[in-house]
Amino acid sequence: MTLAQAILSRHVGRPVRPGELVVARVDHAMTIDSIVPTVIDRLEELGAAPRHPERVSLVYDHVAPAANVNVAEAQRRGRDWARRTGINFYEVGRGVCHQVLIEEGVARPGALIVGSDSHSTSYGGVGAFGTGMGATDIALAIASGKTWLRVPESVKVTFHGRPRPGVSAKDAALEMVGRLGSDGATYMAVEIHLEGGAEEAFGRSERVTLANLAMEAGAKAGIVAPSGEILDLYEVPDWLRAGEDAVYTRELEIDLSALAPRLAAPFYVDNVHALGDYAGAEVDFVFVGTCTNGRIEDLRAAAEVLRGQKVAPGTRMLVVPASSQVLQQAMAEGVLETLIEAGATIGTPGCGPCMGRHMGVAASGERVVSTANRNFKGRMGAADAEVFLASPRTAALAAVLGRIPDEEEVAP
Amino acid sequence: MTTHHAPRTTHRLWLFGDDVNTDDVLPGKYAPFMVGEDVFQNYAFAHLRPEFAREYRPGDLIVAGRNLGLGSSREYAPEALKKLGVRAIVAKSYARIFYRNLVNLGIVPFISEEVVNAARDQDEVRYDLRTGTLELRGRSYRLEPPPAFLLAALEEGSVLEYFKKHGDFPGVE
Repeated sequence: MTLAQAILSRHVGRPVRPGELVVARVDHAMTIDSIVPTVIDRLEELGAAPRHPERVSLVYDHVAPAANVNVAEAQRRGRDWARRTGINFYEVGRGVCHQVLIEEGVARPGALIVGSDSHSTSYGGVGAFGTGMGATDIALAIASGKTWLRVPESVKVTFHGRPRPGVSAKDAALEMVGRLGSDGATYMAVEIHLEGGAEEAFGRSERVTLANLAMEAGAKAGIVAPSGEILDLYEVPDWLRAGEDAVYTRELEIDLSALAPRLAAPFYVDNVHALGDYAGAEVDFVFVGTCTNGRIEDLRAAAEVLRGQKVAPGTRMLVVPASSQVLQQAMAEGVLETLIEAGATIGTPGCGPCMGRHMGVAASGERVVSTANRNFKGRMGAADAEVFLASPRTAALAAVLGRIPDEEEVAP
Repeated sequence: MTTHHAPRTTHRLWLFGDDVNTDDVLPGKYAPFMVGEDVFQNYAFAHLRPEFAREYRPGDLIVAGRNLGLGSSREYAPEALKKLGVRAIVAKSYARIFYRNLVNLGIVPFISEEVVNAARDQDEVRYDLRTGTLELRGRSYRLEPPPAFLLAALEEGSVLEYFKKHGDFPGVE
């Protein structure tokens, strides 16, 4: 069995095969401020309450704090509902939903988690089957404790070796998406195996980055086979491994030791390039944060570049920690001080301007280097603003230089 | 799905290319909880085709290429289309979450390479949802109905309606 089959079999109660439609028991259902009003509407339409309130979380991250009165009213409605039903509620500033569920221990190896956010694949970083769905599906999961799924085929991606200094999990993830294409894993699970030093080089944070970006190849889930740091942090069930008999629709091998820094150019995430193709292009705005790259490891990587440096005149830089824990740790380590001294500013933990709603959207014609996961047309503001996706190190260098750096500057 | 009467009403066809994402269908800044539940549909395709929401008439057919609806799980993107009167879409393929959302909302997601290849934007089209027949440029097409599981849901209106009526998901042991 594949990892996806192993997890779904446990949650269906019998062995399952790819292609089957099954109803599976859900360990946790997650929703967010931007979606919760519709979830409540659907539950009211069903006349249903949360079946297992302790297995439901509501996280305020997408437009948090509220940017206008409409949002404030919607958030109040969600707060009232959370209080009434007794579900887990995480207020403005606690962080991005996926990071919060990982920090709270909800995401754990072998769990099945559904979330009303497409990047729910992130839970695969710790070996869970995480998948994104719409408001109606999440409402049904909250009402019933179950969901319907087509058991996915799996694509196997193996990363070998250790990346050279300056090259990170984000570069590896972009390389993977570029090679698979934006629909290369549609309806499938991407199962990621780390070998030959990669299992030690990539800890939990880096694995979450890989699982997060699997979504951008259309994946239903991105599951990193537990190894390395995951074995220290969690109890991994015996049944959670890919069997010798596992069948994959496609196998992809990526040699980390030969990997160069990557960026995704507008307006698609699979439009992956070497830095040289865009090096020298002027940059107006640099954003470090999100469920992809807003963890302490990412902030440290940015601070390392910015230490003793200044953000270039004409360029602005925003750092949004992925959670309140990340913010506190960055403060304790002096990372925040380094960032602020260099001229960057800090935003409330959450999604920040990732989807172009608040906290620093881009003007017409502006060029953005972001550590997020999407660069679609209009994603971060004006329809013709250009968003380049890159690693925290590349983004921080872009801030210091005021332009997209070349490969030599990022990974000398 | 056995009747064979020809579709009568003529609608307009709106043609889109490959990889149209949910930020294209409804940009995040126009989400209902940002701009209001009553007006968000007026921003459908606001960046890609600013005239769409104004000129679309209920029943007009959306036709798109490969990987329609990739990206965000935002159900309010297809919901904006539903509010404007979209009842069916024909595409070469769909992104996973978008396909689920269409079924959940009761919009029928047809798949057809040949209809998409034959279509030109603003063509006149006739189609019948129940029979899956479609007439375009003097040719008749027979659209494949969605899988039985989804059809059971669509026949009750949507997965939500099915669950409301039956207290469980359709036809799965």
